[in-house]
Amino acid sequence: MDLDLTEEQEMLQTMARDFLTKECPKSLVRELEEDEKGYSPELWRKMAELGWMGLVLPAEYDGMEMGFLDLIILLQEMGRNILPGPFFCTVVLGSLPILSAGTEEQKKEFLPKIASGEMILTMALTEPNGRYDAAGVETKAVAQGDSFVINGTKLFVENAHIADYMICATRTTEGATPEEGITLFLVDAKSPGTKVEVIPTMGDDKLCEVVFDNVSVPLSSLLGEVDNGWSIVARTLEQATMAKCAEMVGGAEAALDMTLDYVKERVQYNRPIGSFQVVQHYCANMWTNVVTSRNILYKTAWKVGEGLPATGDVAAAKGWINEAYKFVTERAVQCHGAIGLTRDHDIGLYYRRAKAGELVFGDTDFQKEIVAQQMGL
Amino acid sequence: MDFGFTQEEEAFRQEIREFLRQELAPDRKERTPLEQFNPDFTRKLAERGWLGVGWPKEYGGLGRPYTQQLVYSEEMMYHRAPAGAHILAQNMVGPTLIRVGSEEHKREFLPKILKGEIVFCLGYTEPNAGTDLANCQTTALADGDEYIINGQKLFTSFAGQADYAWMTVRTDPNAPKRHRGISMFIVDMKTPGITVGKLDTMWDYPLYEVFFDNVRVPKTAVVGELNQGWHYLTTALDHERVFMGGVVAQHRRLFEDMVQYAKETHRDGKPLSEDPVIRQRLAQLAIDLEIGRLFAYRVAWLLGQGTVPFAEASMTKIFTSELERRLANTAMQILGLYGPLTEGAQAPFDGYMGWEYKFSLMQAVGGGSNEIERILIAIAGLGLPRP
Repeated sequence: MDLDLTEEQEMLQTMARDFLTKECPKSLVRELEEDEKGYSPELWRKMAELGWMGLVLPAEYDGMEMGFLDLIILLQEMGRNILPGPFFCTVVLGSLPILSAGTEEQKKEFLPKIASGEMILTMALTEPNGRYDAAGVETKAVAQGDSFVINGTKLFVENAHIADYMICATRTTEGATPEEGITLFLVDAKSPGTKVEVIPTMGDDKLCEVVFDNVSVPLSSLLGEVDNGWSIVARTLEQATMAKCAEMVGGAEAALDMTLDYVKERVQYNRPIGSFQVVQHYCANMWTNVVTSRNILYKTAWKVGEGLPATGDVAAAKGWINEAYKFVTERAVQCHGAIGLTRDHDIGLYYRRAKAGELVFGDTDFQKEIVAQQMGL
Repeated sequence: MDFGFTQEEEAFRQEIREFLRQELAPDRKERTPLEQFNPDFTRKLAERGWLGVGWPKEYGGLGRPYTQQLVYSEEMMYHRAPAGAHILAQNMVGPTLIRVGSEEHKREFLPKILKGEIVFCLGYTEPNAGTDLANCQTTALADGDEYIINGQKLFTSFAGQADYAWMTVRTDPNAPKRHRGISMFIVDMKTPGITVGKLDTMWDYPLYEVFFDNVRVPKTAVVGELNQGWHYLTTALDHERVFMGGVVAQHRRLFEDMVQYAKETHRDGKPLSEDPVIRQRLAQLAIDLEIGRLFAYRVAWLLGQGTVPFAEASMTKIFTSELERRLANTAMQILGLYGPLTEGAQAPFDGYMGWEYKFSLMQAVGGGSNEIERILIAIAGLGLPRP
């Protein structure tokens, strides 16, 4: 057992924290919330220069050859700073499934461009039914000669409006179970018949509706095997759920730090409000939620990174961290008082993202149902 | 980072399980391990050397690392192995004597503790020193070669069975700060002037009150240095912390029983386990138990790194004690009208869950109430200003 970060991980953590604090101030975060693109190409380029987009990719695809836990550390810092933009969807939802299921040609075509920051990817999985399971995939793909034709609507697709390619989950066959008959395609976002529209959200996180209207894709765009795509999605969802957890834990850490600074300085009744026992209890509870979240994040990410079976662990981690992040940010706003309610103050950024984070890849009830199934109920 | 167990840890776990399978009858109706007093079982642990599982080898211990101590504690607690006759000596008295005790004390007490021959009770709490333990009012006045003790201890576990009290007394009433005037004493419970009264609790196992009326003890009763008792009290917690981490395993056992019950019990023509509300509740407890387990390992691991994770240990205590109440409450909700039945063929688990519903009050109150623990976490851990 070794529960410490390695020296390299600590260096990555410090470097990322310093870089993001300097290059991505909250003023930029706010500006990008209003921005049409929702990301800063200049910042994106600098991140690529640091090698972040290829952090976990092999060297032959211009990657840094680091591990899944290293990616988790980096994402934690991104969540701490609320970095806007397509890092998550490009790296986690895009590069990881290509790396695990792509052909050599696909890897050569996509991965170096992802690593260099030239290419933005996303995954078009969820639909208007709002489900993260296989039964939610209703968008159809039908074989037609040397190509497939896709019809259907995807919803809540992250950053589709700026993506170059989307990994689209389609139903090609009605199988005996919902998991059978799902096929993935790497769809060029400029394919005729593809319509993308950003939908307004509370987190200003650039979720999109993507309509595929007779979109024809070549056979070479097939990712994995026909009808056997769900296992790729399932594996990606496990990784992505932990990646999202990392962002959320980072955000909870930041919200706690901001609150501690505030309650030590804010004076009422001639004393810092942090000297009041009720505020001390809030802060102790917030800290406990942060520590427990970090513990379960690292343990579960370690398991996923090692390739161990972790379906129940991932669900437990997300279920716990969902509630912890919401709890911490809600208490954080309460401790800040009225100033915390304003758009100008940073704490509200975290409050809104905590809710958005809970819903991505399954809310708490959804996760608990998976936990129940995993223990044989 | 590596969350896996070593082969040595796994082997130790198997060894303990095998031992417990042989020594504990499967159908025994024992309740919480901490309250069970069973000197015969304690001596069997002693034969294995396990009473000194974490003690240094030069004092006759096994010198096992903290993570293995936690493995040991988890298995004992999970199997509800009786611990009352040794828990205090093993985790608090022994380690403190090893650290600060005189050679005489070490020679006199350590071998007997390792053999499971002597039982200690913990004399900290008094009528006016509950959460505020530094308000100790039991006095020990020097008189020649002796001290004369007067006062009262309250809620003293095992005072009825103990050979010795490990207790705080006020030796310097004029100390500038009141916690600087407290000493730790070892007092023979057979000394004239000591009377023990019984306090029945809601959960069957009694607590005790102990009265000291001009009790004369030799000067050698002082542990370590005079007036250092508060320091010893607050730093004696490492082994205690690791051991308490094992409590989560005790809760896991109860949880597993409830999962089994939900699978096997039919209500309205279908298993309880198909009820979405029950599925959600049990899943939440499964998550909570994992959080508690990770907490315990984090604390054990940090101790192994040479740090004393004060704040995290307090968090663990708070979290685990409150988890115990949620667990008991959920168990009772699932059992419905059968939950409160205490015995008989109709009583599920021989009334264990209803008993636990009462006993689960204990941990959040004892060992530092969760209210003061949270304040200490905020002040000492987060640097918030004192009230």
